[in-house]
Amino acid sequence: MAALGYDVAHLLAGGMVLVSFMLLYQDRMGALLNVFALHATVLALSVAWQAYVQDAPHLYVTAFIALGLKAILIPSALRRIVQRLDIHREVETTVGIGMTMLVGVALVALSIVLMLKVTVGVDPLGRQDLAFALAVLLLGLLMMVTRRNAVSQVVGFMSLENGLILAASGARGMPLVVEISIAFSVLIAFIVIGLFLFRIRERFDSVDVTTLHAFRGDRT
Amino acid sequence: MTGAAPYLGVLGVPLMAAALLAIIASYRVAARVNAVMSLLTLLASLSFLFRKPAPSALLFIDDLNIVFIVVNAFVGFTTSVFSAAYIGHEIESGRVTTAHLRFYHTMFQSMMFGMNLALVANNIGLLWVAVELATLSTVVMVGLYRTHQALEAAWKYFILGSVGIALALFGTTLVYVAAQPVLGEGIASMEWTVLMQHVAAFEPDILNLAFVFLLLGYGTKVGLVPVHGWLPDAHAEGPTPISAVLSGLLLNVALYAVLRFKMLMAGNPGAVAPGPLMIGMGLTSLLFGAVMLYRRRDIKRLFAYSSIEHMGIITFAFGIGGPLANFAGLLHMAMHSLTKSAIFYAVGHVAQVKGTQQIAQIRGLTQSHPVLGWGLVLGVLAIAGMPPMGIFMSEFLIVTSTMAKNAWLAVPLIVGLLLGFGALLMHLNNVAFGEPSGMESRRHDSYAPLFGHLALVLLAGLYLPSALVHWFQSIAAVLG
Repeated sequence: MAALGYDVAHLLAGGMVLVSFMLLYQDRMGALLNVFALHATVLALSVAWQAYVQDAPHLYVTAFIALGLKAILIPSALRRIVQRLDIHREVETTVGIGMTMLVGVALVALSIVLMLKVTVGVDPLGRQDLAFALAVLLLGLLMMVTRRNAVSQVVGFMSLENGLILAASGARGMPLVVEISIAFSVLIAFIVIGLFLFRIRERFDSVDVTTLHAFRGDRT
Repeated sequence: MTGAAPYLGVLGVPLMAAALLAIIASYRVAARVNAVMSLLTLLASLSFLFRKPAPSALLFIDDLNIVFIVVNAFVGFTTSVFSAAYIGHEIESGRVTTAHLRFYHTMFQSMMFGMNLALVANNIGLLWVAVELATLSTVVMVGLYRTHQALEAAWKYFILGSVGIALALFGTTLVYVAAQPVLGEGIASMEWTVLMQHVAAFEPDILNLAFVFLLLGYGTKVGLVPVHGWLPDAHAEGPTPISAVLSGLLLNVALYAVLRFKMLMAGNPGAVAPGPLMIGMGLTSLLFGAVMLYRRRDIKRLFAYSSIEHMGIITFAFGIGGPLANFAGLLHMAMHSLTKSAIFYAVGHVAQVKGTQQIAQIRGLTQSHPVLGWGLVLGVLAIAGMPPMGIFMSEFLIVTSTMAKNAWLAVPLIVGLLLGFGALLMHLNNVAFGEPSGMESRRHDSYAPLFGHLALVLLAGLYLPSALVHWFQSIAAVLG
């Protein structure tokens, strides 16, 4: 049982890293949102598995939030925003996709070497999860810096946050995980509502955030 | 929750006020209620000086966080008084509507609640949630004017702040992972009071990694270079009362989180000393902030960069460590909060009477608006570190304690201080003296918050009561 529990947790966490890579090379908005929904689904499965293995029923709540909010609600809300703003095709990147993937591989190697070296004394179940979580987090950051478009930056941020939830659920018996995942959901809801309300496209004629920098108090 | 009763004052009052202000339609009434509620919070925080409640599983009070809470509640109160005068003018000039103001007052109190909760939290998870709450409330207020610039600033603040708190959460998880083998599962492994007792047995490597994430994460909120990008925009584009509380309070709250984790690191013999990291980031922020001061054209951005500079100095002082530097760091923290918020009170009125934030269009303030002009002059002299103001004393102590520890480190410190001093005096000379220019509108403002703060800063520079000195010394000793 222990071996199976370990293997499945490992598989699911590794799956999240894989899906993070898939996020990196999507060049169309619709596909990007679909892959993100997949990312959140794998997270939900992973957290639910941790809940089962650790016998921690409160983690099911976190898994449910991940599934309901991040795999279903938010992608569909973002899809509507994308349609309304008419940006189906644009996923502009600042760095070429090949280069991004190479950097991504390096980041994953870094996080696994680092975490496995540092967490020698930690229970092996959580140890793998932490290593993969750091990889997902760094890949999310990479996505945020290589995308110009506000919506895909938000997707990058949410994938980063999925990595954090993975880490927190893997840390055996960590209190307040549910509260923290709720707090994060509020944050993300705020971001999406912000995109919606401020209609960054209407205000700035583009969701390309580089154009935002035109308005600086110092440049008169 | 058992044991929460003593904390009701500092937590319950802002929370209740936020709910109450959400239903008050008249902004005049709301502004007064805001001020009264902030006063009540201040009184509640002062009561901690006389009677320290016993720590509970989620909340606690010790010598360190009392200082922060009292400063927080005091500046929160004076800002609410200033805000009452400020927003009246904003309504008249049509920059905001009454509906926005209802939102603004609610968010102000919810931010105060978040900051107070972060300061009294005995749990690293709760601390994180509270900092996030305070951040979200300020994001909304920064975007209050709904202009291009305000929305850009709010968006930038939001994204950078979110990445910051995400990194901080990863660090928090790592601290739990380090604590869990020793303390077992459950809530005890996230309590400050318990963590501090057992930190020596934790795995040092995990703590090291955790501290890097925590320093970068909460450091984003402190405004340390290179993760300071949001700070100048958020200060310049939001309403001025928010600039005052951002600089005076929110940066402190984030710094408090860094300090707590620094104390934790110091308790583990195997962990890397956190000092050099903090010294490095502090010095970089100081030098960067000081150099950036020269070419500012917007008066609120000018003082935002000055905040980066001063947070750098404070982080540097705590990085140096030892009783004297810690004492100086605490004093500088308190003095900076008071002075910087006073400056923003003055700048807020200046921007209103002149109708612009552009430094080039503000001239001869001491002639056209003597009270306001001289208030600004005093504030800027204080923040630049002129004797006999309190900031001079704390900077002097930081320099001498650095000299004693490592004379070479004092060189870039002094260079940074002098650069900042020169830049501020240059701008001050342009703004305050010479032929008046720009709009000449006159209005009667409440200058009590401005001069109240400056009087306290002056008093601290001339004479520190020995009780206060002993108190700060005991905290400095705890900080290690």
